[in-house]
Amino acid sequence: MILADAVVGPSWNLLADIQELWSFPFMVNAFRAGAIVAVAAATMGWFMVLRRQSFAGHTLATVGFPGASGATLLGLSTTAGYFGFCVAAAIVIAAIPRAGRASGAHESAATGIVQAFALGLGFLFVALYKGFLSGIDALLFGTFLGVTSTQVVVLFGVTIAVLVVLAVIGRPLLFASVDPVVAAARGVPVRVLSVVFLVLLGVAVAEASQITGSLLVFALLVMPAATAQALTARPVLGLVLSVLIGVAVTWLGLGVAYYSIYPIGFYVTTFAFAAFAASRLVRLGGRNRQSRRRDAATAVPA
Amino acid sequence: MGQTDTAAVPSTAQDPAATSVPAGSGPAGEPVISVHNGSVRLGGRELWHGVELTVGPGDFVAVLGPNGIGKSTLIKVILGLLPPAGGEVLVLGSRPGRRNHRIGYLPQRRSFDASLRIRGVDVVRLGLDGDRWGLPLPVPTRFSPRKAAATARIAEVVELVGASAYAHRPIGELSGGEQQRLLIAQALVRRPAVLLLDEPLDSLDLPNQAAVAALISRISRQEQVSVLMVAHDVNPILPYLDQVLYLARGGAACGTPAAVITTETLSGLYDTPVEVVRTSDGRLVVVGQPEAPALHVDRHRPAVGGDNHDLG
Repeated sequence: MILADAVVGPSWNLLADIQELWSFPFMVNAFRAGAIVAVAAATMGWFMVLRRQSFAGHTLATVGFPGASGATLLGLSTTAGYFGFCVAAAIVIAAIPRAGRASGAHESAATGIVQAFALGLGFLFVALYKGFLSGIDALLFGTFLGVTSTQVVVLFGVTIAVLVVLAVIGRPLLFASVDPVVAAARGVPVRVLSVVFLVLLGVAVAEASQITGSLLVFALLVMPAATAQALTARPVLGLVLSVLIGVAVTWLGLGVAYYSIYPIGFYVTTFAFAAFAASRLVRLGGRNRQSRRRDAATAVPA
Repeated sequence: MGQTDTAAVPSTAQDPAATSVPAGSGPAGEPVISVHNGSVRLGGRELWHGVELTVGPGDFVAVLGPNGIGKSTLIKVILGLLPPAGGEVLVLGSRPGRRNHRIGYLPQRRSFDASLRIRGVDVVRLGLDGDRWGLPLPVPTRFSPRKAAATARIAEVVELVGASAYAHRPIGELSGGEQQRLLIAQALVRRPAVLLLDEPLDSLDLPNQAAVAALISRISRQEQVSVLMVAHDVNPILPYLDQVLYLARGGAACGTPAAVITTETLSGLYDTPVEVVRTSDGRLVVVGQPEAPALHVDRHRPAVGGDNHDLG
């Protein structure tokens, strides 16, 4: 921390510090991109946690690594690499037949195979692109430097598209996630929805990867959603909370990382983890209160 | 008929009969479900044949039979998820699958995952509007009569099944009996004409079995809903039943419980002597029912792997 303070120390005057942060165009872009990415990741993450498809999400994130490194190797933008590979992997995972059930809750070993192969491919691309090794940290663990205005516009457009599709399929997707058999009997296309969901998840993962890196995507994808679900079982409130927590930890992480020599991925993950830990404590407290109330209620003869 | 590849497409031979019946539920007293000489094949094997079933409005009918005989498959046929291999099936005056919005369906299941963070009322609400695309406008309930009606209906069915006390808690934290009551509320929320219940008493303890059985019977009378219920044990529902459909390998029998669950009828169905014993507390016990595991496994061997657990 001493070293960091020597570079640029915060004045500990919150207003002045925020003003300073917002005076750099690259920081403004980072804040914008962070918020946009956090919104998409938090909403998709809420459904992912509900559907217990975290492993598929993790695999999609891992696939982003060869995507980005491959794109760099070919001289393309990493954004294109992330999106191309993540969406392609989502379609592959969706195409893997799930034994016995069409519900989408089951994840097979084949998903893990996709993940291992993707990681291996990523290392090959890195090896082929000599001199790229310093960038590998950023691809795996995230960076907030060098977010261009064009990138912000692209991310914004993609997030809006994800939210619009999610708004259209939201209720049937919730039905299919919670109760696939009854949903299918009611005419909800459960199988198609699970494919659409995975593709959307791939898009959200590709977005988040650009801030948090491939390995720390879960900071934005799982942690805000899991925190929200620990706090409330109401679907709409849960989604709103998930988004608020996601944006808050991202901005907090960005702000602190600016003054620190340590990478943003660490800070975003740490703040998200703190929020999750706090929510578990809140819920534990709530449950104790509830059970005490119930004990009191049962003590009274009916 | 009977070839597996042609069976994948619903037979059009039944169309004239289906279209000759006017749309809608028809006059009171018209059968809600009728099966004439029905048979079904799964994985190239005939599960049952010769099924004659007529369910009238408000009837409470149990589907009984040994494990793996295809009781759940009958429900899938009625829902139109599986075409019958032969015979005629009419549901609410139409071909199966056409009137599913008027059918409440409760599939066989264990329970919700304990960590599922969705409230009971949300699960009930999904039964009402879970299949609608798009989002409702964010108008407060008191300015939207439709929303208010939905909320009122949900509260009504939750009250009807006696789940008001715990409907706002996450469903994963509830007991099996509490979850089952909420799922019945979900199946009822759209005011269906028929309830198809697949072993709803399975995995409940005895007091809960009795309570849920009484609840289903009360709903069937109060709301004039016909109930077709797959059951493993007839005893909890025996006092409420209007009819019993007994499926066996040798055929099927349908009628009042007193007529069907007898030594003579079941011996004929199984083609082997079985005995129906009435215990002193009024419970029916079938002795000698050929349900041995060896036979069970043997029967399923030709079926395609992975389908077996669907037969129940």
